[in-house]
Amino acid sequence: MLSTSDLAVARGGVTVLQGLTFAVAPGQALILRGPNGSGKTTLLRTLAGLQPPADGTYQLPPDSVAYAAHADGLKSTLTVAENLSFWSEIYGGHPIDQALTLLNLTQLTRRRAGELSAGQKRRLGLARLLVTGRRIWLLDEPTVSLDVASVALFADVVRAHLKTGGLAVIATHVDLGLPEATTLDLDPHRARVIQTTDFDEAFA
Amino acid sequence: MSIWEYANPKKFMQTSAWALPWAVGLTVILLIVGLVWGFFFTPDDYKQGSTVKIIYLHVPSAMMAINAWVMMLVTSLIWIVRRHHVSALAAKAAAPVGLTFTLIALVTGALWGQPMWGTWWAWDPRLTSFLILTLFYFGYIALWAAIEDPDTAADLTSILCLVGSVFALLSRYAVNFWNQGLHQGASLSLDKEENVSDVFWVPLLVCIAGFVLLFVTMVLLRTRTEIRSRRLKALLARERVA
Amino acid sequence: MKALLLRDLRLAFRSGGGFGLGLAFFFLLSVLVPLGVGPEGGTLARIAPGILWVGALLACLLSLDRIFALDHEDGSLDLLATAPIPLEAVVALKALAHWIVTGLPLTLIAPGLAIFLNLPPAGYPWLILSLLLGTPALSIIGAFGAALTVGLRRGGLLLSLLVLPLYVPTLIFGGEVVRRGAEDMALGTPLALLAAISLGATALLPFAAASALRVNLR
Repeated sequence: MLSTSDLAVARGGVTVLQGLTFAVAPGQALILRGPNGSGKTTLLRTLAGLQPPADGTYQLPPDSVAYAAHADGLKSTLTVAENLSFWSEIYGGHPIDQALTLLNLTQLTRRRAGELSAGQKRRLGLARLLVTGRRIWLLDEPTVSLDVASVALFADVVRAHLKTGGLAVIATHVDLGLPEATTLDLDPHRARVIQTTDFDEAFA
Repeated sequence: MSIWEYANPKKFMQTSAWALPWAVGLTVILLIVGLVWGFFFTPDDYKQGSTVKIIYLHVPSAMMAINAWVMMLVTSLIWIVRRHHVSALAAKAAAPVGLTFTLIALVTGALWGQPMWGTWWAWDPRLTSFLILTLFYFGYIALWAAIEDPDTAADLTSILCLVGSVFALLSRYAVNFWNQGLHQGASLSLDKEENVSDVFWVPLLVCIAGFVLLFVTMVLLRTRTEIRSRRLKALLARERVA
Repeated sequence: MKALLLRDLRLAFRSGGGFGLGLAFFFLLSVLVPLGVGPEGGTLARIAPGILWVGALLACLLSLDRIFALDHEDGSLDLLATAPIPLEAVVALKALAHWIVTGLPLTLIAPGLAIFLNLPPAGYPWLILSLLLGTPALSIIGAFGAALTVGLRRGGLLLSLLVLPLYVPTLIFGGEVVRRGAEDMALGTPLALLAAISLGATALLPFAAASALRVNLR
């Protein structure tokens, strides 16, 4: 269960989103929609615990979040299997075979990550989610550089994750065809008035 | 009324606007009285001749060089614990002033050392410590300058100031250990009062008070500038959105 | 935890360059100094402890920015910060990996380079021991500096400016141990202080570095 109440998030000291109150139950997915710069990434980073909320609160169970950012965090000199087993060991040693199969990477296990195509790298980055064993997925534009077949593959993975009681918050423009998904339009929540700490009152 | 009210930017601007003219006036009076008295109305030292008079610049600036860092440490701690922006900006404002005092202490020391010891520079513990202090100031100022986001810069420089203070103390100890040195001991401590006779001592105290006030004035001025520049940035950001 | 250390070591070995460069720099410095100072053995013997320590310190400095910058660029640092390992442990492990690929090899080749600099025989064991005790401090202090500058574009030069003053006590005590060792003097105090700096820095700086990283990732 992930919930926020009157959450506001800030980028570079400037509030970009405010008044966010939503809840995502196990088995559900929340799709974040909004133009570039609307604060999708900032919201996901806040939920991932990388930055403090500007206002309001959010609740999620401890040690339950796996975050997938724009960058995949791959090491180009390590092989696909090495990259994946590293994250698996960090998260307590979940087996990597199933993740490789689900994202169609079994043929590539011994290839170095630097030699992969952009779409293959992305698939490897997403396979990381499966070896974390975490229930809450926070995904930032997960389908970038994926082809149609891979998007379908990824949608299957998310669907399976939701079916086993997981939940996901996904910032994406692509329709993943998830029946359990609700869409949150961020546009109404964009901060109109900039609140910049307490410097406004200095010259009141 | 709590002292933290002065950490509010508005309150700070009001109070400092009221205090600044007084601080400037007092600084000017004390510095003129102290320096003129020290330079022209004290006898020459029987050993050091008139060169001794440089203490009226050297000693106060050396004291303020260290006090400025201590002030930065305190304001950094206040920023980390209580998140008062004025505190972080005061630390930022104090750094170049402290660096200038350090450089003045080094240069006047060299000018004094040349006729006394026959050399501009010696790797004496005190001199070396001040040189190292200069490096710490450079690093601190450079870090402020390098980071764009003001809150990030305030956080990182505060952490650097804390860690730097520990290492500066360690360096002081290490340098003492490394070379015993020829610099005279502190001539102002109360139990060693006989080192410096009253004729020199009183104008020196006036100079020290003048330098303290000079520091306060400069930091107030610079902090006000920093607050204004933050306010300006906030206004520009708002304009971009509107 | 072990996985992170192994990954960093593997990356260092695979990408080559990084730590080999530090060793080459150390070697070059030890060759260039006699060329500049002159071949007179007595002079070289007197400055050898200082040159070797300064050389090790600068060689260490060369690879500091890689501690976090590479992970920051490819996004792994964000992922590590959200992973179940405390960030303090990440810092400590990365500093350890840095020490294994720079401080340790530097310590091992230092006696070889000491021959060029005509270090008196009595100094050799103390050279190795002082570097062994002192280079961990260089790595962990460097990791702190790297954490402060991780998000910056011109971070490399700034990193040197921040870290070098912090290296002063380590350098003074390290050089002092070797100098006293070479002259057969008592060296218990500087040796103990050098070890104390390494231990103290290893115990406390991961916390400072981790808080700096959190600020930088924000």
